[in-house]
Amino acid sequence: MIRFLDKNVFTQVQKKPTRDAFGLATSAMGETDDRIVVLTADVSGSVRANWFAEKFPDRFYNMGISEQNMVAVAAGMAREGLLPYVSTFGVFITGRCYDQVRVLLAYSNTNVKLVATHTGVTVGEDGVTHQMLEDVALMQTLPRMRVIVPCDTREAIKALTAVKEMEGPFYIRLGRQSAPLVTSEEAPFELGKSLMLQDGEDVTVIANGVLVYEALMAAQTLAEENISVRVLNMHTVKPLDHEALMAAALETGAFVTAEEHQCLGGLGSAVSVWSSQNKPVPIEMVGMKDQFGQSGKADELLDYYHLRAPDIAQAVRKVLKRK
Amino acid sequence: MTNPDSRTLRVLKEKAHTLRVDCVRMVHQAKSGHIGGSLGLADVFAALFFKILNHDPSNPDWEGRDRFVLSNGHVAPILYASMAHTGYFPVEELMTLRKLNSRLQGHPSRTNLPGIEISTGSLGHGLGVAVGMALAARQKKASHRIYCSIGDGESQEGSIWEAALSAGHHKLDNLTVFMDRNFIQIDGNTEDILAMEPMTDKWKAFRWHVIEANGNDFDDIFKAFDMAQNYKEKPSIILFRTKLGFPVSFMDGVSKWHGTPPGDEEAEKALQEIEAYYQGENNA
Repeated sequence: MIRFLDKNVFTQVQKKPTRDAFGLATSAMGETDDRIVVLTADVSGSVRANWFAEKFPDRFYNMGISEQNMVAVAAGMAREGLLPYVSTFGVFITGRCYDQVRVLLAYSNTNVKLVATHTGVTVGEDGVTHQMLEDVALMQTLPRMRVIVPCDTREAIKALTAVKEMEGPFYIRLGRQSAPLVTSEEAPFELGKSLMLQDGEDVTVIANGVLVYEALMAAQTLAEENISVRVLNMHTVKPLDHEALMAAALETGAFVTAEEHQCLGGLGSAVSVWSSQNKPVPIEMVGMKDQFGQSGKADELLDYYHLRAPDIAQAVRKVLKRK
Repeated sequence: MTNPDSRTLRVLKEKAHTLRVDCVRMVHQAKSGHIGGSLGLADVFAALFFKILNHDPSNPDWEGRDRFVLSNGHVAPILYASMAHTGYFPVEELMTLRKLNSRLQGHPSRTNLPGIEISTGSLGHGLGVAVGMALAARQKKASHRIYCSIGDGESQEGSIWEAALSAGHHKLDNLTVFMDRNFIQIDGNTEDILAMEPMTDKWKAFRWHVIEANGNDFDDIFKAFDMAQNYKEKPSIILFRTKLGFPVSFMDGVSKWHGTPPGDEEAEKALQEIEAYYQGENNA
């Protein structure tokens, strides 16, 4: 198992913003694939689209502050055989453009990759208007749309690269803030196939995004209490890894989900929907509980909204009582 | 492209007549659908599909084809009739409009019907898609043109103006847009609901080449498309002045006929007026 983890994750964990992955991955892919075009809406520095723009100015489109048009234009380009990677903040790329995403990407089945760089409360000081906490809900309910929430920059680069070879619309959720490097360079990325970062017998914590690191830390604390925790990095919310969930349900008998998103409509919901129909087990959820965030520092907000390792540990203790 | 000779004109009038008859029959039997705009646009669509578009209905994915996007997707009947009569699919299939398991969905669906470039029906989407196609054609140095049909009521959507800004900014002279300027939307006259005038000035201000033409006159239609295609450095929009339901007199200016299907008697009367108009045109 340990080969999936960065060697420093339990000692001196390194941090990098996952949004960097957008600039790194598109710039690298652009070298070998001239179908790739990058579109953004007046946030080219924030989403790291400027890294691509410097190398490939003729394939970079700054669409101005008009996100609905950006998504429509991307659909048109995809119909012409180009491969658009479209990036702006999570609120705008999913919420503001929802109808365009629904009709022109999902219903029309166009080969467009949507990449949100600013998501969750860890957007920080900008506050509620910029802290998207409902994007996974909006995207995972769309037929044909697939949803990936990488846990760190390494995994994000692998995901962004993998979707290039998969036809049709994708939503990839990155983050603004520095996130702990959890996975190793060697860790595989396969769509819809979760990574078991740690095995355990008593309970399974199913996490994605920045909460994967918190889940690992919680597992360490719980080990001292003789609670054996399995940690699944569920980077793909859709299609969900049913096989890993079934194994976890049979072998551990209880779940805790953890995400930087509303529990309703997010990973917690997806896991519950699966469990209730396939293998009911008690589930506790760590995430946003039908509430907005607020301005503050990213770390303060993770504490304030109970999205930390101690909160996951507490949820584990609670769910074990329900077994 | 030159203006059609008298023989071609006669053929196009006959085609427009056929399209109108089929539109009435389709919407009548489906008991739902948008007849007014479909009839008003019949002459423009006859000109476009039978003469102007460079396309191969037997090979709808042909790389070199001109692209056509129906942004005002609710006038699907006139699009389907035009596609069937140019050979995209059998004419008999037209009568499956809006029925279960039909390829002819209430609004055009790309994944259902070959030849549909993108699914539309939610207003304000198609123009942006056409802009994307025009940018892609430029990037790929392709010589085909992109055509896009929009509605006047549809242009109350903000996304139309985002796309308009974008096309003007990028000087997309490979893009020809035409608007069905019949002044009617579902709830009434566009100028009463949400005024669009001065329409010409708006598009000019967005850096477009604007052409005004009579959308029920073939000479005007061809002249307008010709001007659009030859204009460089700006995208062109043709504001086609049309009448809702043309040439059916009881639909003219009556917003109910934007989206209400004709009943048995109304359909019969509409077909009679369409026939009378066609005979009159032939004798003109």
